[in-house]
Amino acid sequence: MKRFTTPIVVVLVLGVLLIWLSSLTLDSIEQRTLNVGYIVERTREHLGLTIATSALVAVLAIPTGIALTRTRSRLVRATVLGIANIGQATPAVGVIILLAILWQTGYSTALVALVIYSFLPVLSNTMTGLQQVDEGVRESAKGMGMTPNQVLLRIELPIAAPVILAGLRTSIVFSVGAATIATFINAGGLGDMIVNGLTLQRFPVLITGAVLVACIALSLDWIAGVAEDLLRPRGI
Amino acid sequence: MHKPEDTAILQIARNTSGAQIVLDQVTKTYPHQPTSAVENFSMTAEPGELIMFVGPSGCGKTTTMKMINRIIEPTSGSIRIDGRDVLSLDPNELRRHIGYVIQQIGLFPHMTIAENIAVVPKLLGWTKSRINARVDELLETVKLDPTKFSHRYPKQLSGGQQQRVGVARALAADPPVMLMDEPFGATDPITRESLQAEFLRLQESLGKTIIFVTHDFDEAVRLGDRIAVLSERSQIEQFDTPANILAAPANDYVSSFIGHGAAIKRLVLIPVTEAKLGPIGDAEAGPITVSIADSLRDALDALVLSGAPALMVVNAAKKPIGSITVERISAVLGADIPDVQGAGLVSASGAGR
Ligand SMILES: Nc1ncnc2c1ncn2[C@@H]1O[C@H](COP(=O)(O)OP(=O)(O)O)[C@@H](O)[C@H]1O
Ligand SMILES: [Mg+2]
Repeated sequence: MKRFTTPIVVVLVLGVLLIWLSSLTLDSIEQRTLNVGYIVERTREHLGLTIATSALVAVLAIPTGIALTRTRSRLVRATVLGIANIGQATPAVGVIILLAILWQTGYSTALVALVIYSFLPVLSNTMTGLQQVDEGVRESAKGMGMTPNQVLLRIELPIAAPVILAGLRTSIVFSVGAATIATFINAGGLGDMIVNGLTLQRFPVLITGAVLVACIALSLDWIAGVAEDLLRPRGI
Repeated sequence: MHKPEDTAILQIARNTSGAQIVLDQVTKTYPHQPTSAVENFSMTAEPGELIMFVGPSGCGKTTTMKMINRIIEPTSGSIRIDGRDVLSLDPNELRRHIGYVIQQIGLFPHMTIAENIAVVPKLLGWTKSRINARVDELLETVKLDPTKFSHRYPKQLSGGQQQRVGVARALAADPPVMLMDEPFGATDPITRESLQAEFLRLQESLGKTIIFVTHDFDEAVRLGDRIAVLSERSQIEQFDTPANILAAPANDYVSSFIGHGAAIKRLVLIPVTEAKLGPIGDAEAGPITVSIADSLRDALDALVLSGAPALMVVNAAKKPIGSITVERISAVLGADIPDVQGAGLVSASGAGR
């Protein structure tokens, strides 16, 4: 039952939002944004940015984490972790605007900035997950004649999977929120609505944008949670 | 496309009932350590022998053992299994033919018991049906009901059961050589005794060449065909059968390691039939008797327990064949080695472990 709390809440909130919006009489500025076509387009952009970010983070941060647990050099490990820490500690707005100044505005810049911003949870969880694998387990795998790759793929990664997935889940939620600032460099998303609503003093627009972002974050977090439970190896 | 080293490994592997292991002048110095952990270690284990390495913690038992399957690479010296230099063989391929059991057991928590046991056969490319049959056979061998345990996960098993699975897993591909590092060390005394008894029975039928590391001298006496008593840097203080070591410790170090009660420990190894039994009439008929299958230690135990001056010794058909007394038990030890008690006393004042 607890599993269905989030979807129910999301549906209720969206329902309330819809009823409230339909009770309002919208002026011409509001009508330009509060229509199905516009909202669907912004949501699609927002989701696209978030999913692309998470996919890139998974593809980049997990191998980086694996490589870092295997390097003997403390300097390399400290440097990479340091950079990832800075990436996350710097406000997302800072990262994105800095990149826009140094490089260009637009979709790719937003994507790169979001990847940098949400890299750390997956990186550090990959490392933690692998380091948590019991030394006896690792040694008996080696002692039974598994090659280092077999130890990694058949033993270490499956055992570390729940921790890595938890990191990915955190990173997804991070990037949903951070994707709102893509609007500052013309990369679209629901940030457009929030910023427009603020600058043009149109409350319904602002609130619709903010509520949609929150609902997406909740939904993706819920989906990732379900995936985590399904993918968690039995026995752990 | 067989590399020459592959065929060498396969020849070793085919020898499932024990290969000869030779360690020749083996030394291991860990990086940044002033002294060697193992220095000039030489030993030959004959096919089918169960050899115990016993010594205090930190003396280099584990390091010595782990060089045989190249978990640790020797600094110098050579190690041969059935005449093949292990350093010339592919380490992963080699390890698939050497059973390996460690104290932490190291079962894979995300795999079922059956999957754990199937790991090496899978690496060796066995067919599914052959693997399944083997898993069931091994679970039966270590006294775990396959229908009940195959599909459980390691955390659903007790420590003793996990250790049985550890042994079954190491035996999976019927390796000629087994390396066991304090395999029963983490279990409670009662579980340990039953694991030891089952292990002995198992080894009787399998006849593997086994290197078994322990810091428990009594375990070494109980299990070993031969015992190597090791001191610092894995120096061999004495390498002999348990009976000979108990009867004649080579030096003070060995005596101190045997600890108190050397005479009693020796009795474990001597069957009642070794004693000169007295006439049946010496013992009164009572509920407590001694069987000819028992050791002198069992006989002594029964005498102490019953408080009677003499007990009946019965054969397999429970027919009395003679009687035994404390004097007759001591006579066996006395005739064998008059100085055993002296050696035991030296140990009492010798260095502790
Ligand atoms: N990886 C290692 N690096 C450095 N020294 C080690 C290492 N492993 C063991 N040693 C040292 O080598 C000696 C022998 O250790 P070990 O073989 O584990 O002894 P045992 O198994 O008899 O307790 C000890 O002094 C130990 O501290
Ligand atoms: Mg050890």
